Amino acid sequence: MNVPADLKYAPSHEWARLEGEIVTVGLSDHAQAELTDVVFLELPKLGRQVTAGENVAVIESVKSASEIYAPVPGEIVEINEPLAEDPGGVNSDPYGAGWLFRIRIASGTGLDHLLTPEQYRAVIS
Amino acid sequence: MDLSTLQHSPLESRHLAAGGKLVPFSGWALPVQYDGILAEHQAVRSACGVFDISHMGQLLVQAPERVDAAVWLNRVLSNDVSRLEPGQGQYTLLLNDEAGIIDDLIVYRREENAFLLIVNAARRKEDLDWLTRHAPPGMALVDRGMDHGAIAVQGPEARRVFSSMMPSGAFLPPRFGLAEFGEITVCRTGYTGEDGFELCAPAETLGDWWDKAVTAGAKPCGLGARDLLRLEKCYPLNGNDLSPQTTPLEAGLGFAVAWEKEEFLGNEALRQQRRQGPGRKLVALKVIGKTPPPRPEVPVFTTDQGGEPVGRLTSGGFSPGLKAGIALGFVPAGLHHPGTRLWIEIRANRYPAEVVPKPFV
Repeated sequence: MNVPADLKYAPSHEWARLEGEIVTVGLSDHAQAELTDVVFLELPKLGRQVTAGENVAVIESVKSASEIYAPVPGEIVEINEPLAEDPGGVNSDPYGAGWLFRIRIASGTGLDHLLTPEQYRAVIS
Repeated sequence: MDLSTLQHSPLESRHLAAGGKLVPFSGWALPVQYDGILAEHQAVRSACGVFDISHMGQLLVQAPERVDAAVWLNRVLSNDVSRLEPGQGQYTLLLNDEAGIIDDLIVYRREENAFLLIVNAARRKEDLDWLTRHAPPGMALVDRGMDHGAIAVQGPEARRVFSSMMPSGAFLPPRFGLAEFGEITVCRTGYTGEDGFELCAPAETLGDWWDKAVTAGAKPCGLGARDLLRLEKCYPLNGNDLSPQTTPLEAGLGFAVAWEKEEFLGNEALRQQRRQGPGRKLVALKVIGKTPPPRPEVPVFTTDQGGEPVGRLTSGGFSPGLKAGIALGFVPAGLHHPGTRLWIEIRANRYPAEVVPKPFV
């Protein structure tokens, strides 16, 4: 399973990439493979304030529905609209076109509480 | 996931080697998918797929001399086995005294006085108990499924796959037909709506037949694809859409009842319901617009807000063919006509759906 070295991970299988004050969030390669073919996304509303660990989105595969949690606190500032139209990108490009939403991270917080790639590998092995 | 208490298919090592994800299903560990449910669905609709159906029961009915097995089966099954010549089969139902469906199955006449019943995995014990309870003395009932397995080869290319995997001289029986070649049984049936056949073989040689089918071009397919394929064709799934509390008239399976027969188990209750009309019906629902895939247990309403549910979905999923959510569910009679607008509720949101003619595709 692909676990990029430049990302941080939540035990609930979201990945997070910090650029400036914006955190991009998606679902790991391992999680998309477990989910199987994704056919529907319910993404959060823009401007929503979220806390770390809050249930903010739902991914439905042909098999089942799974909840997605915000890995960091902050405000939802962007959602991947094209992906909601064609959610197959979650499976085909989980770390690229398959990103889900972006959070402007609350000041004074970071990604330190998330898992390193090595720690995440241990979770999924 | 603990799969240790489950029964294991003779093909399990092949599933694992091919990347199959095993899940519990009707007491068996079986692959839900290999590389993807949608790709497997596509293979069956456009080319050919092969499924492990070793979980299904294979009940052999062998009547003693001077006992007519067809006469007895016509008392315990809803359809008319007297219409079958040796080598022919039919879809039929095993009903309880209240006309509830214990199982739906296919009965084949192997010989004049010998039959084969292919039954659902979850019901094989109930079926055997029920049949044994109602059998005349000396009737031999054997579930050979314990030392046999089966595969289903399905898709428009199934006929070509058959030719390349079978020895010369073997022939594909006609639709709903059965042919026996040595220790294997070939039935021209399936659960996908495509052409195809099911092949029953002893457990120790089943793997060779699986390998031959794969080598001939059949793609290994799991339970996930199988469920979508059958749902698109509105084939009911026992345990979801059918139960001992559901009658053939409610489930839309009146075609599997030979009404002209004088007597069969459940017939009094069923005829009474036929006179009065069933109070609820299993309908095909197509969800309108982009929505989460409908799933079993989702409630059905007559309005876009408020009110009490009038029914529940019993099967559901996302149809790759229609690019829409599709479902089966029970609704009160009167709301079952195609064109009826209903709503389903998923995570507190109502989505419009329409009753459509069966099948979906």
